Amino acid sequence: MKILVIEDEQGMRESMVRSLQQEKHVVESAPDFYSAREKLETYQYDCVLLDIGLPGGNGLVLLEELKKQNSAEGVIIVSAKDSLDDKVKGLNLGADDYLAKPFHLAELHARVRSVLRRKKLDGSKYIICGNLKIDTEQRMVWANEDELILNRKEYDVLLYLVLNRNRLVNKSALAEHVWGDYIDDANSYDFIYSQIKNLRKKIKDHDAGIEIEAVYGIGYKLVA
Amino acid sequence: MKLLNYTSIYFSGALLIIISIWAAVFYYTMLIEIYDSIDDGLDNQKGLVIQKANTDSTILHKNNFDEADYAIHEITANAAINFRDTYLDTMMFMQNEKSDEPVRLLKTVFLQNGKYYQLQVVTSMVEEDDLIKQLFISVLWLYLGLVLTIIVFNNFLLKKIWRPFYQLLKHLKMFRLDKPDPVATITTKVDEFSMLNDTVQKFVQRNIESYTSQKHFIENASHELQTPLAISINKLETLAEDTELKPDQLTLLASALDHLDRLTRLNRSLLLLSRIENKQFAELTSVNLNILTKKVITDFYDQLTFSDLHLDINEKDLCIQKMNPDLAGIVIMNLVKNAIVHNKTGGFINVILDKNSMIIENSGIDKALDKEKIFNRFHSGQSSAASTGLGLAIVKAVGDLYGFTTSYSYEQKHVIRIGF
Repeated sequence: MKILVIEDEQGMRESMVRSLQQEKHVVESAPDFYSAREKLETYQYDCVLLDIGLPGGNGLVLLEELKKQNSAEGVIIVSAKDSLDDKVKGLNLGADDYLAKPFHLAELHARVRSVLRRKKLDGSKYIICGNLKIDTEQRMVWANEDELILNRKEYDVLLYLVLNRNRLVNKSALAEHVWGDYIDDANSYDFIYSQIKNLRKKIKDHDAGIEIEAVYGIGYKLVA
Repeated sequence: MKLLNYTSIYFSGALLIIISIWAAVFYYTMLIEIYDSIDDGLDNQKGLVIQKANTDSTILHKNNFDEADYAIHEITANAAINFRDTYLDTMMFMQNEKSDEPVRLLKTVFLQNGKYYQLQVVTSMVEEDDLIKQLFISVLWLYLGLVLTIIVFNNFLLKKIWRPFYQLLKHLKMFRLDKPDPVATITTKVDEFSMLNDTVQKFVQRNIESYTSQKHFIENASHELQTPLAISINKLETLAEDTELKPDQLTLLASALDHLDRLTRLNRSLLLLSRIENKQFAELTSVNLNILTKKVITDFYDQLTFSDLHLDINEKDLCIQKMNPDLAGIVIMNLVKNAIVHNKTGGFINVILDKNSMIIENSGIDKALDKEKIFNRFHSGQSSAASTGLGLAIVKAVGDLYGFTTSYSYEQKHVIRIGF
């Protein structure tokens, strides 16, 4: 997939580009309003990561122009201004998602993947991972054509790890994605561990061909 | 003590001293004048008697005062030569008063037909004790009159002249830094008051400005921190994916990431507080807190099960409040989370909803917390990495925004009550 990262902060841009490249995406970047506009006018992208506060102009203007051209790009607004107004404005203008800085790279990948999938750009209705097949619309999972019965949170955890397969997922990224604010930070590690334990058991019972590795202190890695 | 009473006491005290001194001085000058005048009268009488003696020698033998106010004795030449005129205060029986009364007596000597005579002339004197008594009564009346006048005047002055001052005081009492309706200007002709007014206005303005700039500073700082935080987290995450890292290096990385995450949460909470205080949650709807509470509790289900906490919800009545739905969710979420974090394994949480109140009770440490400080920012009963220390501060900020009361009490369990 071809992705454009529009971000003025160099350190931020580098991390995003590098991490997306590891996912085998073709990644280009633009550091300011004008170079971004030029690239958007010249090339076609599958997904655009758009910062709002840009040198030279407001990212929302670029979004407006994109939507006027009826482009098929998925657009994710990435903003340090975690304000409700910007979020509402961006989504009304046709952005597909809104990601507030700071975020975990795992969260970025999950959002990019789900935008690409919603745009039907990755071809398949299902996500395949090892012997697992996931239907994200119906929230159903099969392992070797056997339905894997998961509760809501187990499904969310599994999907998140699958979207970030073969990558190290920080436990707080996982906690934040699945439970949001509804988790107490004191024992979040033990808490997530107990959830993962249940999930591992089900995966193992169904011979899903994947494994959830614990990386000490940091988080988990789903190996397919 | 009120200004009126204060000045009245001072004035009364000062007047008492001044009038006492004045009365004493007045009394003695009066007395001197009286003596002077009486002595002049005696002198005159002396002249008249001597003149009469010249023409009528019979009076030279008038040895007693009797009906007249003089008496004459013959004396030797020796006694007469050394004699000086003397004025004396003495007592004499008065027929009308039937008692001895004070009189002024002049003793003098004169020569008549080669013989020396001593002449005594008397005149009735003022009674000093009467004078003092009268003076005292008059002065007392004067004093009381003056004090009364001062009180009446003061009262009038305080009401009339001090009116701008009390107006300003009233404005200042109502002034709240977080609700900066500027203090209304007062109109006055008194220089001091208009100076006070100007000073207060400037002072208030400066305070509003510094408060606003502090608020903006927190807001801006939180905003500006987002990007560097994001970069640090993402770089460390990239580093963590390096499979060459040894376990102890990973542990260090994990710890750094944990702390950055904590900083992120702290930052978000501070931003949220700023937004609440800046009234950026404008939308108002009727929020059904019963439904919302049950939803929040469902979202905490995993967490409650994990910590083995028993949660009871007691709906005494429907609790419907006009407020921002997002803020309502944030309040309930923070309250429940607080009750979970500061609980103990196998403990309980009770949520009681009534028409105009919401009460959350929870088990925890067996000791009351400081109810004055519990809603303050960064006040943690126990220091822990568990919470940002801002949860209850957020609850209070929302409460302040809508005029809800937030209180804490300890009744063998920790009780937080929100009164709508």
